[in-house]
Amino acid sequence: MRAVITVIGKDTVGILAKVSGICLEYNANVIEVTQSVLQDLFAMIMLVDISELNRNYTELSDRMSLLGTELGLHIHTMHEDIFNAMHRI
Amino acid sequence: MLNVHDILETIRMIQDECLDIRTITMGISLLDCIDSDIDKACGKVYDKITRSAENLVRTGEDIEKEYGVPIINKRISVTPIAMISASCDSSPVKFAVAMEKAADACGVNLIGGYSALVQKGFSAGDERLIRSIPEALASTSRVCSSVNIGSTKTGINLDACKMMGRIIKECAELTSNNQCFGAAKLVVFCNAVDDNPFMAGAFHGVGEPDCIINVGVSGPGVVRSALTKYPDADIAQISDVIKKTSYKITRVGQLVGVQASERLGVPFGIVDLSLAPTPAVGDSVAHILEEIGLEKCGAFGTTAALALLNDAVKKGGVMACSRIGGLSGAFIPVSEDAGMIEAAECGALRIEKLEAMTAVCSVGLDMIVIPGDTHEDIISGIIADEAAIGMVNTKTTAVRIIPAIGKKEGDVLDWGGLFGRSPVMPVNNYLPSKFINRGGQIPAPLHSLKN
Repeated sequence: MRAVITVIGKDTVGILAKVSGICLEYNANVIEVTQSVLQDLFAMIMLVDISELNRNYTELSDRMSLLGTELGLHIHTMHEDIFNAMHRI
Repeated sequence: MLNVHDILETIRMIQDECLDIRTITMGISLLDCIDSDIDKACGKVYDKITRSAENLVRTGEDIEKEYGVPIINKRISVTPIAMISASCDSSPVKFAVAMEKAADACGVNLIGGYSALVQKGFSAGDERLIRSIPEALASTSRVCSSVNIGSTKTGINLDACKMMGRIIKECAELTSNNQCFGAAKLVVFCNAVDDNPFMAGAFHGVGEPDCIINVGVSGPGVVRSALTKYPDADIAQISDVIKKTSYKITRVGQLVGVQASERLGVPFGIVDLSLAPTPAVGDSVAHILEEIGLEKCGAFGTTAALALLNDAVKKGGVMACSRIGGLSGAFIPVSEDAGMIEAAECGALRIEKLEAMTAVCSVGLDMIVIPGDTHEDIISGIIADEAAIGMVNTKTTAVRIIPAIGKKEGDVLDWGGLFGRSPVMPVNNYLPSKFINRGGQIPAPLHSLKN
């Protein structure tokens, strides 16, 4: 099982470190990261393996949302199946 | 493999364009709760609902978090109560109270099924239930009611049309201190469907299994936003864009429905492929029609644009899910759609135009506020006209109109939330009384003879 974490907002120091720190805390293995900074807009998409999580998936999702609020960013944690459902026939 | 464009498109749809699952509705059969002792029957109803839907809300919330897509409502629909209450001698309002208590206990937003099916006449319990609807809706907040008064196979029960004109007025009168809200929870149908997940008209049909999960999707904002990228496309391309968008929206509904069904251990019924608007900015069906090229919703051309929209939504959605049902199509509730409200306020949209639109949309005259002193026979006439459109076109039509007691044309009723607000719309006041009072059954049309 994999989830997609997207982070969109104003660029600041340490966003990647903080997001991946939480992944470590919840034992979510980071598989792939795409990141771009356009002017000062930061956009990162991270694919993580959630099959070995040491806690509930919804807790991870809540924790990421909380981090988003703290940093003033939009952080979405979504199961990859929603993207597969919408964009693959 | 996932690509960045797809991921960002999904997130934009949810975050900026109001993509959501409008409702997960659990249909529950109450046929095993029938008892001639009304208190015992109500006890069984409460137990069955709370037992079946115990985990509905929590499961909905879990799915919402996991997939990151908002699920706005969790609802319950039950077997039409007229069938359950038929063997009891006293007023069926106690069933409404039991439904309300059960809905509270489960934490669902609305519960539907305080209903009667009288398309070919009244059976035991039907009349008593219909007469109790105003009191039932005034004494509860989450219970919704519907009455089916016609169908393509049976024709139209004109006695029931007459009765419902009076009942709608009573619903409004009994709740006149609460914006006449009672009438907003009552729908009069022709060709009502058994698996509708949307309120206020949801009930659990008798041919359905004991318990089932149905899902209603939404997403007018997503469709409109997709269309803005094609300002000069011809109309066939517009149809294609709507189809592709509808496919994506419906896939989310299918995913959520399958997940809910697995987690609750309840069979998955249908996805209702609907464009259901809300009063929120950017979530309007009227604005899609305007994006297609109308100065204002209600202008000539609206019916044709809506026909195209309704058809494309179905064509796009049909491949995206395993089973389709419910009402499926574009909804046009006036008070629940920011663009419709604007169009009604500026006089571009009138009841007569809405009636024409109901011939090509998924349901009918929905959430329309009329002057409180409108004669009950006129309301019956509106119901009869709408039922005739449904009967002849073999489609579901419905009437959910709210007489604004003590208010006149130009005043406003405001419920807030998903129910929205609407100006009082003018009504043609010439009377259909003699026609309505003839009573009896309007015969079914020739094309009902399919066998």
